[in-house]
Amino acid sequence: MERSVSYGGNDLNLEATELRLGLPGSDEHEKQSSPSARTSNKRASPEVAEESSSLSNSNVSDARNGDQDSAPPAKAQVVGWPPIRSYRRNSFQQKKTEADGAGMYVKVSMDGAPYLRKVDLKVYKSYPELLKALENMFKLTIGEYSEREGYNGSDFAPTYEDKDGDWMLVGDVPWDMFISTCKRLRIMKGSEARGLGSL
Amino acid sequence: MMNYFPDEVLEHVFDFVTSHRDRNAVSLVCKLWYRVERYSRQRVFIGNCYAISPERLIARFPGVKSLTLKGKPHFADFNLVPQDWGGYVQPWIEALARSRIGLEELRLKRMVVSDESLDVLSRSFTNFKSLVLVSCEGFTTDGLAAIAANCRFLRELDLQENEIEEKKNHWLGCFPDSCTSLVSLNFACLKEINLAALERLVARNPNLKSLKLNRAVPLEALQRILMRAPQLVDLGTGSFVLDRDSDDSETYRKLRTTILKCRSIRNLSGFLEVAPHCLPAIYPICVNLTYLNLSYAAGIHGSELIKLIRLCGKLQRLWILDCIGDKGLEIVASTCKDLQELRVFPSDPFGAGHDAVTETGLVAISSGCPKLNSLLYFCQQMTNAALIAVAKNCPNFIRFRLCILDPTKPDPVTMQPLDEGFGAIVQSSKRLRRLSLSGLLTDRVFLYIGMYAEQLEMLSIAFAGESDKGMLYVLNGCKKLRKLEIRDSPFGDMALLRDVGKYETMRSLWMSSCDVTLGGCKTLAKKMPRLNVEIINENDQMEFAPEDSQKVEKMYLYRTLVGPRKDAPEFVWTLV
Repeated sequence: MERSVSYGGNDLNLEATELRLGLPGSDEHEKQSSPSARTSNKRASPEVAEESSSLSNSNVSDARNGDQDSAPPAKAQVVGWPPIRSYRRNSFQQKKTEADGAGMYVKVSMDGAPYLRKVDLKVYKSYPELLKALENMFKLTIGEYSEREGYNGSDFAPTYEDKDGDWMLVGDVPWDMFISTCKRLRIMKGSEARGLGSL
Repeated sequence: MMNYFPDEVLEHVFDFVTSHRDRNAVSLVCKLWYRVERYSRQRVFIGNCYAISPERLIARFPGVKSLTLKGKPHFADFNLVPQDWGGYVQPWIEALARSRIGLEELRLKRMVVSDESLDVLSRSFTNFKSLVLVSCEGFTTDGLAAIAANCRFLRELDLQENEIEEKKNHWLGCFPDSCTSLVSLNFACLKEINLAALERLVARNPNLKSLKLNRAVPLEALQRILMRAPQLVDLGTGSFVLDRDSDDSETYRKLRTTILKCRSIRNLSGFLEVAPHCLPAIYPICVNLTYLNLSYAAGIHGSELIKLIRLCGKLQRLWILDCIGDKGLEIVASTCKDLQELRVFPSDPFGAGHDAVTETGLVAISSGCPKLNSLLYFCQQMTNAALIAVAKNCPNFIRFRLCILDPTKPDPVTMQPLDEGFGAIVQSSKRLRRLSLSGLLTDRVFLYIGMYAEQLEMLSIAFAGESDKGMLYVLNGCKKLRKLEIRDSPFGDMALLRDVGKYETMRSLWMSSCDVTLGGCKTLAKKMPRLNVEIINENDQMEFAPEDSQKVEKMYLYRTLVGPRKDAPEFVWTLV
């Protein structure tokens, strides 16, 4: 799963092929000035940053330009800053990669689809994010969750298999508990879905 | 008058003089005292392994039993010094082994240690008792196996934050059955361990007072180990999670009962992973803790963390992650009235810092903990007003290290540099020995440091200052300065060369990404033959007959009695 910052969530990246009269790269300025286009959720890995070891003073955010109160732009990382011992630094990165590599990829099956997909649950911070991604992936509408009625009103119900092998409706338990118990996802369709939703 | 006493009497008197500095002073009084002191000296501290040679150490102190050596410069901790720079312990161990020194204790920091060195060490000194390695590298568990197998009277094996390659051997099992003298064992920096060997080892070493486990030791094993060692004073728990197949409630109950018997634990660390519902098992010992290190315990946060802190009323030293937040620090301030040392580490050093601490937390601490004398604080931001308040509340700082995650950030309220804030700190804490600066800083802060920081011995500067004047204020004013390390600051040849004699009164000077030139460094090296002026040239910037006017990327100079070192790699040039 790529970690690139997405400009507007457009998978086709139409901007790259767009014909225009400006110089190449002249669009960068425009993008950098709006903080929302550069959310800090996904930042360059420390390994990438380490490569720019010849960074000079000027790359460190110059406070005199005035701090923005909105989401801070992704900062250029400076070698050896913040000054924490390599051992400690490595143990953080290890924790991050351990968490990342700990099998958060789960299979997603959709009734009637010829093949399965996979999603990395760690990438999402909440149910709405996950559901939106599933909607995009399968080009369908799941709608909103309600405790009483599940996904009533939709032809689809997202379900998951938990540690005990039971099929559960997505959304009932807190998100953190969900991602630690979810083994695979299945998007149920049609009458079967409606049956679950109206329990 | 003292000349009429036999040497033995002088020696006996000198026995009461224990600190290195005092003994050094004693040796300077007269030739007689020098002679008596050197034969009776047992503990030697060498802050820079390149300042002297092992042969001269042995010649002067034939009775040495305990040796401390430090190798690489401090900034090596932050990846500023390339691999293979140096700091090898091998020549020291070989020389000591050849001599008839009865070495008993070796403490190394930032040195390169090989398996061969450890092997020679383990075989050459029959009374060897204590090995402490801090931030070292170059060895594997094979070296540890040699220590375990051959050091018959080993009391202490303390491995702190080393990079150790782990082989498939069971080094811990190399301790013979006859090894019953262990007092201190720390292998927290390893990833694996042989649990059965560990439990047997603990069982037969009843004098064990300090035990720091690694993440491979789950709760079940911890419980069994604590059953065998209720006399522990110092405990590092390793992980704090249950094995997948175990019965939660039974283990928890047993753990709780066992911990109740461990009435001597005063220092607690570890929790590399945590099963939060098991934490209450340690509540009973919290009330006695004087040192708590949760700086690797990313799994303890929020209300769990607060509950724990509230029980630790006697804490003197606390190491914590910044996810405790300002609110959590307020709880610390109201609970830990005896707090002397606080270290707050970043839990997400490259992140946007949502959970980080600010000046608010620090002011709260200073307000509630007036005995605070040692601080390491990584934070999102700091204000002058806060620092001034802290200075007023806590006039006893010996160590004050502030690290703002954005290194040139000004006071966010006034947009001013933090000169006044740090100025207040140095003016109020008259016994300050170590200072690290960060944030937006002009030459003014150095004026204050030069004026007020009379006891300052170590100063770390990054992204600070405006001109050579800044560095000059420090070099002129801080009479006791021993170590100065500077990065990314606009100090150049004028400051470097103004008072060349100063560097012989110091251990070392590090300057990287500053404005000093090759010519300036050469001039200094020429004037001061008893300094090694080393240039680290990594990027081949200086490959083709470099100009004197070219700026030097990294310079490290230190006083030495033994001339340029012979083990410098090709990218280190010693200027002469």
